[in-house]
Amino acid sequence: MSDLFSKFDDVIALREGLLAGGNTDPFGLVMERVESPTVAICNGKRTILLGTYNYMGMTFDPDVIAAGKQALEEFGSGTTGSRVLNGTYVGHKACEDALKDFYAMDHAMVFSTGYQANLGIISTIAGKQDYIVLDIDSHASIYDGCALGNAQIVPFRHNDIDALEKRLKRIPEGAGKLVVLEGVYSMLGDIAPLKDMVAVAKANGAMVLVDEAHSMGFIGDHGRGVAEAQGVIDDVDFIVGTFSKSVGTVGGFCVSNHPKFEILRLVCRPYVFTASLPPSVVATAATSIRKLMASADKRAHLWENSKRLHAGLRALGFTLGTDEPQSAIIAVIMPDLETGAAMWEALLNEGLYVNLARPPATPAGMTLLRCSLCALHSEEQVGEILGMFAAAGRATGCIS
Amino acid sequence: MSDRSQTLAKVLEVIEPFNKKGVAVTEATRFAQDLEWDSLTVLDFVANIEDEFDVIISMNMQAEIETVGQLVDALEKLQA
Repeated sequence: MSDLFSKFDDVIALREGLLAGGNTDPFGLVMERVESPTVAICNGKRTILLGTYNYMGMTFDPDVIAAGKQALEEFGSGTTGSRVLNGTYVGHKACEDALKDFYAMDHAMVFSTGYQANLGIISTIAGKQDYIVLDIDSHASIYDGCALGNAQIVPFRHNDIDALEKRLKRIPEGAGKLVVLEGVYSMLGDIAPLKDMVAVAKANGAMVLVDEAHSMGFIGDHGRGVAEAQGVIDDVDFIVGTFSKSVGTVGGFCVSNHPKFEILRLVCRPYVFTASLPPSVVATAATSIRKLMASADKRAHLWENSKRLHAGLRALGFTLGTDEPQSAIIAVIMPDLETGAAMWEALLNEGLYVNLARPPATPAGMTLLRCSLCALHSEEQVGEILGMFAAAGRATGCIS
Repeated sequence: MSDRSQTLAKVLEVIEPFNKKGVAVTEATRFAQDLEWDSLTVLDFVANIEDEFDVIISMNMQAEIETVGQLVDALEKLQA
């Protein structure tokens, strides 16, 4: 029968083919219990988590939990309203204040998810006569922000500074320009050459938005991200981020020094037409953000973990997404989806969870086993992880 | 040669290195279905066309362009 769902037939067939081989569904894992930021019980088995975005391990921080409980008791389970009507509590303002302090910026706007932050900011500030120039490997939320708005969308080859410059120079005189970049690209874990790209954007009269979702709390002296680490944060007009990674809860935000920034609260539809975050969520976020400001030791340990896993996997003979570790994400490149799914399952049987990533989320049609480290992974755990990769890799023929 | 046929000749030249299947390309040839290009190939091809003609072909415009002939029309318009 042909109906509106016929367009999904290819995806259904691909999925059925994968499962017919007897593989566990890599997109249907359920965590039965979560013991800590690095360990959960899956299928009754103790499993090391190497595929979460819990980079700084804040989800079980006692201060964070206490703040959430107190807000739940004092302010209830939810706001039942928009930020611009009945949905702004003192907790939302306190959370925005924490962000302003964290980034040393004048303005902060909290959205209900990181996805909505990109959707809202990008679709609102770039109008019909404007141009958005973006990296081809940008996250889905950036593309969806472009699709929701009316601007002309011009992609350029990943991390290619010349390609960015050429496009900026061809934009008609007088048109508004927004360059959208990411600090860390989450599939391969590589970083952007922001120093050069921001300079090129500014020289050509463009505003710059950088999504620092995967670098917050970890990269840069204050954990402000790749723009801070490369010394160009003062030239970035908008930083977009999320609470669902290093901060350890859910929500999104944009920070900026633009003098007219606050008007966005009235004109940004994904901000206005949705319910605000529950009081417990903004309380946990604010507490976590303030603790991340003083987490230099954890940042150093996370770098150690990332370097050790990268070197260890490479020594085992795996092909990795980057030559050097550039972030807390290490991507192991698989030859195809079938091998990737088999390796994913072998790792799960060993007691290790990683992300299986495949097109269209991945660049160039790649299948990846994406590993993301946590500052709370111990040295022993990283050793255990390498042992599991060795065993699973040999069992599936990925390495010899 | 008219301006339009010159544009077509240049477009065909830029297509050639990406025409891995050796399809006989005419104005009616469709990029996605006939040449079977994926999104990265499209990006590279569009970049080469942009360099050759010194124009921008935004994704919004690309969405309206299915065939070689439509690309030539769009380039004629952009250069007018």
